[in-house]
Order: sequence, then structure tokens, then C-alpha cells
Amino acid sequence: MVGAGLVVIGVGMGIGRIGGSAMEAIGRQPDAYGKIQTAMLIAAALVEGIGFAALFAV
Amino acid sequence: MPFALNKLNAVLILLALSSTPYFLQAKDSETKENLKAEIKEYISHHLEDAHDYNLFSFTNDIGEHVYIGIPLPIILWDKGLHVFSSSKLNHGASVAHVDENHYKLDHGKIYKTGVLGVINYDDSHHATNLAPLDLSITKGVASMLLISALMFFLFSNLAKSYATNGAVPKGIGRFFEPIVLYIRDEIAIPNIGEKKHGKYMNYLLTVFFFIWFLNLIGLTPLGVNVTGNIAVTFGLALLTFIITNFTGTKDYWLHIFDPLGGSMNWYAKIPLYIILIPIEVLGIFIKPFSLLIRLYANMQAGHIVLMSLIGLMFIFKSWLGSPLSFGLAFAISIIELLVALLQAYIFTMLSALYFGFAAEEHEHH
Repeated sequence: MVGAGLVVIGVGMGIGRIGGSAMEAIGRQPDAYGKIQTAMLIAAALVEGIGFAALFAV
Repeated sequence: MPFALNKLNAVLILLALSSTPYFLQAKDSETKENLKAEIKEYISHHLEDAHDYNLFSFTNDIGEHVYIGIPLPIILWDKGLHVFSSSKLNHGASVAHVDENHYKLDHGKIYKTGVLGVINYDDSHHATNLAPLDLSITKGVASMLLISALMFFLFSNLAKSYATNGAVPKGIGRFFEPIVLYIRDEIAIPNIGEKKHGKYMNYLLTVFFFIWFLNLIGLTPLGVNVTGNIAVTFGLALLTFIITNFTGTKDYWLHIFDPLGGSMNWYAKIPLYIILIPIEVLGIFIKPFSLLIRLYANMQAGHIVLMSLIGLMFIFKSWLGSPLSFGLAFAISIIELLVALLQAYIFTMLSALYFGFAAEEHEHH
């Protein structure tokens, strides 16, 4: 249970960082908005998968 | 703006309607100590597949449960085919007599019983009765058939309208054309490549709209949870798996079994490949597996959160708590609308990415 909570904290931080970095990148290169968004969603989805794996292991 | 107000009213009425099933079900409970257990059971009941569309239920004056809904056909294989309506099972309350056999519903599963419909349990509370092979058109299957039929008519009409109308979309086509173009130009072509994307487009479009529509129908008062069913997502991921590996080029398989190529001597590769090849082979299976788990877990989690927030209303039972949980449920519903689209997008996107790996062809160095 505690482990799952820790994993979710980690996943939250990870997705937060992905989103934050994507925002920064869009700020720097507004033209590449579409590509950055796609890359961001893929990375976020992969991190999210780990979170779900932890939740289902409980 | 009266028009905008009308629209807002329509949305509010829809929302009120969509929450009535939960109201009526939870009002049944008289005892407060059982309330939490009942809400829990109701949520888990909602997440499972069922043998009928149960819209709502209530307890009438003489104290019996009344279910309002649509029964669905039950198809059993038990030394011969038995087809009957799920209204005969009466939500587990009565025994169905079919062709000299007797069946009873217990916790969502059909068991063969005697005339009296007695179900025996072992020590761990599992039913020990014989279970016939259940091929029924359940709630999930019926929803999928419904969506398939809808998509078939919608998109075949859409395709036909292009031929007659001088390639200008009309009606609902104006809504769907940008989405179809988005999938082609932003998902298929960047990931698979200009040359080969054509043969994957039909699968990508089908899977996108199928998942999206099923996710949306899960948010309606019908209360179906199709994409939150691991068997359904398993089937979808299996399709992606099959297409990826059966359209794989020589380069795709070389990448798995000889990732270093000609850049190294064969005897130097051996110790590396003892580790690398098993990882690559595992990767073939992990990719669709992650698709399966992601869609299932996201939709399942969304439904649990939504139902729990609505359930909070009956635990608080106060003027402060109920608007709060209603507001939260409303906000989560809006997020779920977005998630419905996002999960369909991610599934399509990642499928396209995997097809891109399978279709890769690079110059040999």
C-alpha cells in the first residue's frame, strides 16, 4: 500500500516534469507546438502506465 | 442570449437525468451502517459486465426490488445451444427453466442448478455448480454491436456523400472530416511514413472512432463500461499486435534479432545478444500489453472516481456535502469527456508508432 503511494507520488512528479518541460519548450519554439505535444503525450502515457501497474499490484 | 441559455438548460437536464440511476439505487438503503458497503457493491456491480441493460431499480411498497431496464438474449452452450431472454433469470431472483435445464444467476455468472435453484459454495465462497459456456449478448457486447452498426452506417454514408456531392463534406461529415484528416496527417504520416501509411489508415481510423464512441457511451446513463473491461482492451491490443507482426518487414525482424547489424564481429555480438535478444523479444509483447493496461486502467479508474464522488452524496447527507460532491462529480465528468478522446488518441497514436517500427526500411550500411 505504502509502496503504491510512493509510486504514485513518483509518477505525479514525473508527469508534472514532462508537462512543465513541454510548456517551456512550447514557449521557446511555438512553431513546434504539435510535435512537442505529441511527444509529451507519449512520454506521459508511458509514465502513467507504471502508475497503473503499481495500483493494480495492490 | 436565450439560445445559449437553452443549450445550458439542456446540458443541465441531461446531467440530472444521467445521475438519476445512482439516486434511485442508493435511496433503497434504509440502514446507515450498510450504506458504505452498499455503495461499494454498487460501484463494483457497475464496473462489471451484465446480462441486461439495467437503467435503474427501486424498492416498491411491498418491499421487493423492481428493476427497470432492457433484457438481453442469453446464449448458452450446454450439450446443445440454449437461447432465452435474460428476463427469465430476473437478476438472480428466479430460476430459468429452459429445455428441461435450470439456470440461475449468481454474482453475474450463470450456473446450472436443480429445479429449486440451489447454488452450493465451497469454503472460499466460490460456487461449485457447473457453469455452462456463456456466449451471451451481454451489455458490453450489445453496446459494441450498437456502436459498430452506428459507425458502419455513419461512415459508409459519409464516404458515399463524397462521391455525390463533388468531394465537399456535408452534414455530420463537416464534423468528422477534420478528425479523419488529423489522424492521417498528424498521426499516421509522421509515424509510419508517406509511402506506407495507406494500408494502416483503415485500422487506425476504425480503432480511434470505436474506442472514442465506446468511451463516450460509458458516460451515458446506460452505465456501460466497455473499454473499462480488460477483455475488450485485450482484443483491441491483440489486433494491434497481429497487424504489427504480420506486416513487419525484414528490417523490423532484423532489428529484433540482429540489432547491431554489420557494425560488429559475430563473436563479439554473442555475449551482448544473450541479453539483447530476449529483451527485444519481450518488447514485442510488452508494447501491446501496455496499450491494453493503459486503456483499461484509465477508463476503469475514471468510472470508479465518478461513482465514488456520487456515492459521497449519500454518505454526507448534508446541505454542504451534497453540492460539493455534485460539483466535483460534474468537474470529473467534464474531465472524463476529455479523457475519452485522449485515450482513443493515445491508443491510435501508439498503434501508429508500432506500425511505424514494423514498416521501417532503412538503407543498409
